[in-house]
Amino acid sequence: MSSDAQPVPAEADRQSPESVDRPVDRPVAGPAGRLAPATPENNRPSAGWALFGSELSVLFRRLRTWAMLLALAAVPVLIAVVVRLAADEGGPGGGPPFLNQITQNGLFVALTGLVVSIPLFLPLTISVVAGDTIAGEAGHGTLRYLLTAPAGRLRLLAVKYGAAVVFCVAAALAIVVAGAVIGTILFGTGPVTLLSGDTIGVGESLVRLLLVAAYVALSLAGLAAIGLFISTLTEVPVGAMATTAVLAVVTQIVGALPQLEWLHPWLFTHYWLSFADLLRQPISWDAFGANALLQGGYIAVFCALAYSRFSTKDVLS
Amino acid sequence: MNGSGTSAALAIETSGLTKRFGRQTAVGSLDLAVPHGSVFGFLGPNGSGKTTTIRVMLGLAGASSGRVRIFGQEMPGHLRSVLPQVGALIEGPAFYPFLSGASNLHRLDTADRHAPAATRRRRVGEALERVGLTHAANKKVRAYSLGMKQRLGIANALLMPRQLLVLDEPTNGLDPQGTREVRSLVRSLAGEGTTVFVSSHLLSEVEQICSHAAVMSAGKLVAQGTLDELRRVGLTHLSIQTPDAEAAWGVLRRLGLEPDGSEAAFDGQVSTPMNRPELLPEDIAAALVADGVRLRGFVVEAGSLEDRYVELTGEGFDVVQ
Repeated sequence: MSSDAQPVPAEADRQSPESVDRPVDRPVAGPAGRLAPATPENNRPSAGWALFGSELSVLFRRLRTWAMLLALAAVPVLIAVVVRLAADEGGPGGGPPFLNQITQNGLFVALTGLVVSIPLFLPLTISVVAGDTIAGEAGHGTLRYLLTAPAGRLRLLAVKYGAAVVFCVAAALAIVVAGAVIGTILFGTGPVTLLSGDTIGVGESLVRLLLVAAYVALSLAGLAAIGLFISTLTEVPVGAMATTAVLAVVTQIVGALPQLEWLHPWLFTHYWLSFADLLRQPISWDAFGANALLQGGYIAVFCALAYSRFSTKDVLS
Repeated sequence: MNGSGTSAALAIETSGLTKRFGRQTAVGSLDLAVPHGSVFGFLGPNGSGKTTTIRVMLGLAGASSGRVRIFGQEMPGHLRSVLPQVGALIEGPAFYPFLSGASNLHRLDTADRHAPAATRRRRVGEALERVGLTHAANKKVRAYSLGMKQRLGIANALLMPRQLLVLDEPTNGLDPQGTREVRSLVRSLAGEGTTVFVSSHLLSEVEQICSHAAVMSAGKLVAQGTLDELRRVGLTHLSIQTPDAEAAWGVLRRLGLEPDGSEAAFDGQVSTPMNRPELLPEDIAAALVADGVRLRGFVVEAGSLEDRYVELTGEGFDVVQ
């Protein structure tokens, strides 16, 4: 380490033309102008997308993230292999919806995978990612360095929630893609008969599958917001993850109790399995709209709670 | 430092800064004044409120009452414009163990909207070089030693040109060579005009690199000033030999000094720290004689900064909590 090295990039270098800096109307007070020797970036902060990119890269460079996505992808693979073996011995009986149709069309493997994963596996992985958002940074101690960088508390929350939603999409896609691929390999594809009795081609059925994946990701976005809020309450990431997962399971149990039927429309799990409407011709968007409204409500409430908690929180980790 | 006649301005100023956790007061009405361009040593035993003060200063925790100004701007109100000019190492380094050293710096740099993306790679490289970690740049932080993590933490503080560096125990976990390097780094940064605020419980460290210092004890500021001022107060100790010890003790008390021992336990000797710098030894002698105290011996002794520190913060395990 030489003591005469310059840690300071030369002034000219910092005015690079390809810089994505966007001018922001922020008057610089006299004292700051006095102390900061008029470096251009002091006046023009960038839009701040770099942190979101960094967040995604940190999320998807973790072994844990890929282990969870692989585990999710393994669900339809397991189903397809088991059904295939059973079919050789005389055909399946019972099981989740769509299971009987798997042998006729491989694309149903993806749907079956989703139906099987929605109650537990998907909420579990979302809980891990959403519960880790703030508590994980606090646990590592990196939260204090992000905040003094300064990342900005609102911006950090937005970036964290955005990355959690990206994971919701990735999780749903992992099941759908793995299911479609293994189904095609083991059972082949063909025109799909919808719940309404109409038949659509393979191309359109793939679009329907992606729609269902989007529906599932949207369903999980509300849970991710709840996880984000819980994550601001603690410095122990495992605690936030477990609480979020338990909440998802308990809510589903409450949703299954007929005595509490008045409460059911308000539960974030209420429409989780209602994507069958997307498999009719023409598509019925009622469930999608109702779900979007419900999840939007949960997202708004819990993101607001997370912000109100986090914006005034003493970061002592 | 910009030659505009503002050299007297304060880089950090707190007034009546108080931080309470529940009923416990971690920091009580702290009035810090860190001059611009100084290397400011922030001394105090473990648990005396140093790190809490730093956390409140940098907006990580809210003050219960009182104000913080950095570069004359209120914190945390102006946090967004002030913090990009501040590099910080707070309560030890913290990184993602599953990322390499360079990736960690890259990650933290993206959090600063004022840090240009175009120069990020180069700035990360330079910061790593400055702390001697270039060889370990691509190693996972999980495999770093404590000293390497500490260096990486300092590199993080140096990612951008800074007006102020806040270094909380920067030599913690470093070997003697590393300690020397950090010292020379701090000196060279100070030479470039950066204000450096170093918290430490290592007196020798503070004596070697700091121009100013403050001493905390149990959440209170007990001394503050240039190192010379602190020495002037801290390094002198008066001991008097007299047959009229009780009377001498009374006179010293009246003068505002705090003589050791109780009135009963004198053995022809009274000693006191000279904790009032404006009070000169000759005036004390005159006051004693005027009150009829017969002086047998009158010695102004030079102590050490350590004596002064221990005197201010308590002895051994009796450190005030």
